[in-house]
Amino acid sequence: MTAVLAAAWQIARKDFTVEARSREIIATAAFFAVACVLVFSFSLVTDGRAPEGVAAGVLWVGVAFAGTLSLGRLFERERAHDTLRVLLLAPVERPAVYLGKLLAVVMLMTAIAALLLPFTGLLFDQAVARVAGWLAVVLLAGIIGFAAIGTLFAAMLGRSRSRDVLLPVLLYPMAVPVLIAGVRATAALLEAAGPDLATARLWLGIIAAFDAVFVTLALWTFEAVMEE
Amino acid sequence: MPDRSEEATGGTSTPRVEARDVSRRYGRRRALASVSLTCDGGEAIALVGPNGAGKSTLLTLLSTLGRPTSGAVLFDGRPAATWGLAVRRRLGVLGHDVGLYPELTARENLTFVARLFRLADARARVDAALERAGLSARADDPVSAFSRGMRQRLAIERALLHDPDILLFDEPFTGLDESASESLVARLTGAREAGCAILFSSHDFESAERIATRAALLDAGRLAWLDGAGPLRGRYRDARVGLAAQVRDEGAAR
Repeated sequence: MTAVLAAAWQIARKDFTVEARSREIIATAAFFAVACVLVFSFSLVTDGRAPEGVAAGVLWVGVAFAGTLSLGRLFERERAHDTLRVLLLAPVERPAVYLGKLLAVVMLMTAIAALLLPFTGLLFDQAVARVAGWLAVVLLAGIIGFAAIGTLFAAMLGRSRSRDVLLPVLLYPMAVPVLIAGVRATAALLEAAGPDLATARLWLGIIAAFDAVFVTLALWTFEAVMEE
Repeated sequence: MPDRSEEATGGTSTPRVEARDVSRRYGRRRALASVSLTCDGGEAIALVGPNGAGKSTLLTLLSTLGRPTSGAVLFDGRPAATWGLAVRRRLGVLGHDVGLYPELTARENLTFVARLFRLADARARVDAALERAGLSARADDPVSAFSRGMRQRLAIERALLHDPDILLFDEPFTGLDESASESLVARLTGAREAGCAILFSSHDFESAERIATRAALLDAGRLAWLDGAGPLRGRYRDARVGLAAQVRDEGAAR
């Protein structure tokens, strides 16, 4: 287990270094997510106020779109330079490759969410600071679930010519439970009358259950998915 | 030269890689048809043939990155699947593309692989590999700034970094200048003499015949011939003419 985690960390660290040099994914995905939130704010915010619960939905739309972009590009990079072959030839268990990629996607999505959260709070007049800790936990849990299934599909579609089209088509129906639970938990935390922690906890539990199912499923099937 | 002791080779001093009646289909397309060949330690087999003949597919299957549709790949007489991770420590694989991260430096590319292989003396090995590739002075430059030949030299050293005893190289002479080709011939000949089993594909017949102890012609996924070393170009041309005539005759008979 230590060897798997050590290899996963090496792979994630490598992806992080590559991204830090190119800033290709983070710049594209962050720009796209910010533009998305901005457009929604023009449409939904009137007199400085948005309808109750809308900010949570807009935040998750931004996170999900940015995540889809990140997933596709992270695997496209490995495919374009035939470096995935190098990872698969290393004497590490396949789950290590999956976990490494998952960690890299989670780090990227978390960075974008960290940017989007205050931005959404500002544009939609939401008091995000008072429940920042809870929001961070809900976002991280949702991102893990979304990235867990997304990483599997992105790897599976690596050799498909229609991968850019197929990734969202496959990913979103599967990720819907996580996205719904994420929106509901976030909306409960951002209620104007004060955070509804009991409801948020309930939805957070549902996200955690899906995270466990998705990660287990992906670890179980990743080896077969990576066969040529 | 790599240490061919039992410890270094995972419990055997005589590496042997074998394709036994291996076929591979991609959908309706047949990439390989019942190919059988064995390469022992101390041997180097040059795979020759036209583009699309199945050379890269055969090397991919031997490298355990794909499974044959039928037949088996064996290492030291044992099916590849029974080796688990151990076999990957024994394989040195060079793909058709170099497989380097352009954003990382030469040193970072090698260090990443050294860490994945958990090599104890990673730093010394990386330094030595950079030296052999003639890239010590450019070790901290990103690979994106390298020429094709420099990338190829680095990729070759990456494939040899962990002292594998089975080498599977796909077109290793691609992009190399005369001097680098000479170095590669010396390196692979040295590895062969040290006991490595080597299979490599090449269109550079002159360099290939200096390394190879045997040559195999693949054509349309079939093993057309497999025989001893010697001048390749004439035999290759004759075999291709013969195969073309055979295909014509078969077509006429139908």
